[in-house]
Formats: sequence, C-alpha cells, structure tokens
Amino acid sequence: MTADAPQPASPLLHVHGEAGAQLIDFAGWQMPVRYGSDLAEHQAVRERAGLFDLSHMAELRVSGPDAGAFLDHALAGRISAIEPWQAKYSLLLAEHGGIVDDLIVYRVDESGAAPEYLVVANASNRHAVLDALSARVAGFDASVVDETEQTGLVAVQGPVAAAIVGAIGLESEPLEGLRYYRALPAVFEGEDVLVARTGYTGEDGFELYIAAHATESLWRAIVLAGEEHGLALCGLAARDTLRLEAGMPLYGNELSLDVLPAQVGLGRVVALKTKGDFVGRAAVEAGPADDAPVLVALTAEGRRAPRAGYPVLDDGRPVGRVTSGALSPTLGHPIAMALVEPASAGSDALTVDVRGTQLPATVAQLPFYKREA
Amino acid sequence: MSETKYTADHEWIRIEGDVATIGITDYAQSALGDVVFVDLPGVGRSFAAGEAIGEIESTKSVGELIVPAAGEVVEVNDEVAGDPTLVNSAAEGAGWLVKVRFTEEPELLDEAAYRELTA
Repeated sequence: MTADAPQPASPLLHVHGEAGAQLIDFAGWQMPVRYGSDLAEHQAVRERAGLFDLSHMAELRVSGPDAGAFLDHALAGRISAIEPWQAKYSLLLAEHGGIVDDLIVYRVDESGAAPEYLVVANASNRHAVLDALSARVAGFDASVVDETEQTGLVAVQGPVAAAIVGAIGLESEPLEGLRYYRALPAVFEGEDVLVARTGYTGEDGFELYIAAHATESLWRAIVLAGEEHGLALCGLAARDTLRLEAGMPLYGNELSLDVLPAQVGLGRVVALKTKGDFVGRAAVEAGPADDAPVLVALTAEGRRAPRAGYPVLDDGRPVGRVTSGALSPTLGHPIAMALVEPASAGSDALTVDVRGTQLPATVAQLPFYKREA
Repeated sequence: MSETKYTADHEWIRIEGDVATIGITDYAQSALGDVVFVDLPGVGRSFAAGEAIGEIESTKSVGELIVPAAGEVVEVNDEVAGDPTLVNSAAEGAGWLVKVRFTEEPELLDEAAYRELTA
C-alpha cells in the first residue's frame, strides 16, 4: 500500500463503531472481529441467525461477448456452463497449478446475449486476482472492472435467515424458490441488490450485494427485521470458527500458491474433462508430487486447541503442520485441518505439538459439523 | 485491601501480607476474546522471574500468565479452571488465576502507568 493509495473502508465502519465492535486490520480494511462474545455470535448463527459485514471482499465484474470463454480460460471451473443467476465455487490457478485464490462466480445477466459475471474474491487477494484476470483477458472480447469499493456485501446466516431477509421489504421473486448456490436480482429502497443463497458458515443463509452508499440502510433494515428472531451481529472471529466446523478451506491457511487443488481435496473443482486448455491445466494434469502434503481433518479430546502452524507428528516424527484449528464451539472438542505427508494421512499415531505437549489427534472426515437437512 | 498493581505483560497483582493474587487485566481479556481454557500451574510450583506459568486460551489466541518475579504458587483458582468464562466476566475479581509468594520484590506499574501503556 503506497501513501497515495488510501486505505479502503467498509461503508459500515461507523455503524460498527456505534455497535461497539472490536476492529482488526484485515487486508488493509478495518473490520469487526467481534461485537461482544465471539462464542455467542457463533452460537447465534447455529441456532438463530447472524449478520456479517463482508464489504472487504473483492467484487470484479466481467462482461462482454467472450466473458464465459475468458473465465473458462482464466479459472479452473467451466464457468461458461453456469446458467443466469447461478453461482459457482471456483479457483484461480497459477501456471504451476498453485492456488492464487478461491472465489465464487455469479452469472448476473438474464440471457446469453450479453453474458455478465460477478467474481467475488478474498480481500487479501484482490489485487492478485485483478492482476491475473487483467492479464488473462488479452485476446478475449471481455472486460474486467474492479467494483470492490463501490460494493457493499452483507451476509445473513442461520436457520432463520430466510424469515429475516424475507421481512426487509425486498422487491423480488419469492425467496422461498431460491435454491442453494443460486441468486436473484432484487430491489431495496430503489437500489439493485443481488441476493445469493450462499455462505461460509455451514448454515442456510444469504449474501446480499448492494451499492456501497445503500449498504447502511440495508444493514439497519436487517437488524430491525432480525430483532424478533434473535439476530446477532457477528465478526470475523465467529466467521472463522463457523467455516472451520463446516470444513471450508480458508485462503492463506489451507490454500496457497504452494498447493495444488488435489492436495486440499479440491480436485473436483477443476474441470479437466469438460473444457479445453486453461491456466494451470498442465500442472494439474501432471499432479502433485507423490510426497506432496495432503489436507486432513483432525479431532482431539480435551479443551486445548491445535492452532495454525503447530507441528503434526506421526509416532513422534514431524510430518506436517496445522493449517487451521480451534476448540469447536458447537462440538465442544478440538478440531483442526492440517497438511501432512500422504503416508501419514491415515495414521492412528498422529499428535499435534501444542506448545510442547503432544495432543493425540484422530483423522476425521470433513465437515466436522453438518446442519440437519 | 492493598492497591492493585500491574505488569507490562497485562497481569494485575494485589499483594496482601506475603501473598500476591494474580490475574490478567480486563484489557487483556478483551483483547483475547472468549476464554475457553485455562491451564494453571500446580500448587507448590516454584518459578523464576519472567517465566510463563500458565496459559489462557481463547477461541482465537493464547495468552500466557507471566510472573514478574521469582516465587512459588500457593493457591490456584479452581473455579476459573472449571469455568474459564470468569476470566471474561470478572477478569480483575473472581477471575483471578493464582496466588503466589514472591521470593524477590517484583517491579510493578501503578494504575496510571498501566493505563498509559494500554491507551
């Protein structure tokens, strides 16, 4: 960040101040880490609903006749196949197959005449994604526009999220018909809103994209509608434990330029069979080295949390490290994801070195937590 | 009741007679977030100045209980071990962590100096 590039700020920053939020710097943005108790915020999302400000996330609009073909080339998934108002989780790979970012792509046009996509990337990777897409668009009749700072993003997550979002006065098709990983266009107080049934918590919920200047009004309407439902304002601390319980990877923890999708269980996200060449294809086809670490889920007993960076040992021998870990608020025991040598991925002799103490760990399946259907 | 003193490592200390009660400050608990686990030393454990004799774990991070002078643990707060949220709700009261007997004089901050440190 240079002196003449001002720090971006959420349009809700002063609202968070009024609400007594504790703020942290996240990729240059001052964002709420918690409003009060992050355990209470976590629990609210599991049992009722929580409201998150995610305005720091990057929104890049891709449009033009070749937009679909361009994204097929630039990303790992077959983006051209998604229908209007459908969402798709995808990866942006480097030539060597490493992960530049994981992102969600929404198709936001009514028909195929003028395809338009909203690419939502991690705040910390905004510039890396913008740079990569801007370079990869050469030769395609398409454009990439960074709308991050003109866009507000809020998420309502939890079992009663639909009742709350349905009560804020959106002009739209009925929300009941909106399926998971689908979106619909709506209007709130005269402003366009993209309402998506997506999230990062393992619960039902919505993510709402709106112009930055209208975000506060939308936020206050959600808070008001949520009062009778026990809606909690939630910070990034709760978001992290929620996504970890749901087994969702986090860029910078599980995902990085150093891992190929197959190492972290994301081979299915890469469309090797259904499309032609794309950036990173050759490396993905060649596959990771035989001894390249793989992602495992670990559980343990007691109350001590394995944390990111802690060594993982197999029968006393270092074989990897924890990428994310916490004392699971919902399950009440420690959970973690770790990158370990493939030979140890099924070992029953794993321990995590928790600041000098060996914590026995059991290999588990993701997700740690799955909501009841 | 003696005056509460502080350390730069965010502990509060109240010395009564030859026993000092130690906890983490309200500022420290607020920075940690929800405390979910407290690991306290055994009674009788002796320690050197600057040693970490306990850990306070929150959902997001780990804080250490660092003693400002050499001494010995004479009592631990079993109640806080059973209910770590006491560290959040009553950091400078019922959420105390250990009582110790120092064998040397600790160098401590008064309240004004500590407030300045955390301002």
